[in-house]
Amino acid sequence: MLKIRNLEAGYDKLKILKGISLHVKSGEIVTIIGANGAGKTTLLNTITSIVKTTGGNIDFKGVDVTNVSPDLLVKKGCALVPEGRQLYPAMTVKENLILGAYTLYRRREHKKALENLENIYTMFPVLEERKTQLAGTLSGGEQQMVAIGRALMSGPDMLLMDEPSMGLAPLIVKDIFRTVEELRDKGKTILIVEQNAKAVLEIADRGYVMETGSLILEGSAEDLLDNNDVKRAYLGRDYKDFTD
Amino acid sequence: MSAEQVLQYIFAGITVGSIYAFVAIGYNIIYNTTGIINFAQGEFVMLGGMISFTFSRFMPLFPAIIIAVLITAAIGGLIEIVFIRRMRKNSVLGMIVVTIGISILLREAALYIWDEQIRALSFFTGTEISSVSVFGARISPQVLWVLGVTLVIVGGLFFFFKFTLTGQAMRACSENSRAAKLCGIKTDSMVNFSFMLSAGIGALGGCVVSPLTQTHYAMGTDLAIKGFIVAILGGLGNPIAAVAAGLILGLLESFSISILPMAYKDVISIIILLIILVAKPSGLFGSKQVSSLKDF
Repeated sequence: MLKIRNLEAGYDKLKILKGISLHVKSGEIVTIIGANGAGKTTLLNTITSIVKTTGGNIDFKGVDVTNVSPDLLVKKGCALVPEGRQLYPAMTVKENLILGAYTLYRRREHKKALENLENIYTMFPVLEERKTQLAGTLSGGEQQMVAIGRALMSGPDMLLMDEPSMGLAPLIVKDIFRTVEELRDKGKTILIVEQNAKAVLEIADRGYVMETGSLILEGSAEDLLDNNDVKRAYLGRDYKDFTD
Repeated sequence: MSAEQVLQYIFAGITVGSIYAFVAIGYNIIYNTTGIINFAQGEFVMLGGMISFTFSRFMPLFPAIIIAVLITAAIGGLIEIVFIRRMRKNSVLGMIVVTIGISILLREAALYIWDEQIRALSFFTGTEISSVSVFGARISPQVLWVLGVTLVIVGGLFFFFKFTLTGQAMRACSENSRAAKLCGIKTDSMVNFSFMLSAGIGALGGCVVSPLTQTHYAMGTDLAIKGFIVAILGGLGNPIAAVAAGLILGLLESFSISILPMAYKDVISIIILLIILVAKPSGLFGSKQVSSLKDF
């Protein structure tokens, strides 16, 4: 569904992505793990054209979407759940969600938008209870639900998620990742960028490891969980734990 | 003070207050999409009066007003494209300073195109001496026009920002323009539209009050300051509260004349600004919750 070839991008003279190539097949959960500053967020921002590409290309559903305007990608069926949630804090939960379906409303598909809203309320009942509350007053986990819901409102086939576990308690992280699995079971394709390697590898099908702007490792989630380098660098185990 | 006199003061206050409200509404619309204060808002009011006066010599009054509103809205949109759009990547403060520059530019351009003479549109209904009696006080029918137009605009804006998708999308742009882009909202056109809308509303205000208060090329600066006080008083970001705050300030000024010398009129509004900024920065009607979730 998503194919990236030799992608390069950065801010002015600072090159962040140094030739990234990856692919995501339809119905997969693929994760990119890596430490702070590896370029994970920049990669997602480049896919959504918030950061401009300087080389390589991005192909979504067989169409070249390198450097298109962000609204076009949403129309094509790819939505981003941004890092740090990025809600409209002084607007209500419902307004936040409605705006996620902005492109649908613009195409006069009100019925579809309403359907999506109902589905999101069934998935996150707490959001329906709080629909008139200002989004900025919700707890971190609820805000993450709004962020995911807002991205789903446009009815995307593919969801890009940027650190959904950020700043959340372990139990809530579990809930969020369970939701991600549910979404996959409903047929969505998911590319998820995470620092919390252990949690995300448990639900992912495949994974990439990113370090200073390049993907250094690729494999199925089980292989990565077993890989000694990954264990040492991202799962917080000492050499001793597995050399003895 | 007799009851009629009190009423007379009230109507005078409401008229002045409506003009302040028109400026403050414009501030709020642009603030709502960009988070900046557009200090050229007073000039839009001036342009509305000036342009409609010029056109009213060739055509009936109402088409002239419509043309004036459209031209001023176009000027507002142009200002956004030429100046604001390329500044948006920099800082909010930078953009605010640019709007002060634009206000000087518009004022000088108006002096060049027209001159320093005071102009006034003709009264919408009747003449300057016709009056209607309201509870014993004699007021010009134009005051009723001012009130009516203000009410229609307030109602319209409330509906627009709360219930229409475009209105909600405009608010989303101010709250988090990156997230708005991710939702597929074209933030550039929303900001452009907000400039056109507030320029148009400012111009309409300038036309409606012109018969009562006259139009002068340099009237914008004064209005910009008063409008700013009103916007702060009502709570930034809330166009409806701005109208209430505008009427309050207008009434206070009008009644102050009966106790204090005329020259102290402006002192009152500045004192109010200081008190509000210290005591309740979110404004009279602003919610603390909302303002704590915004940048400023």
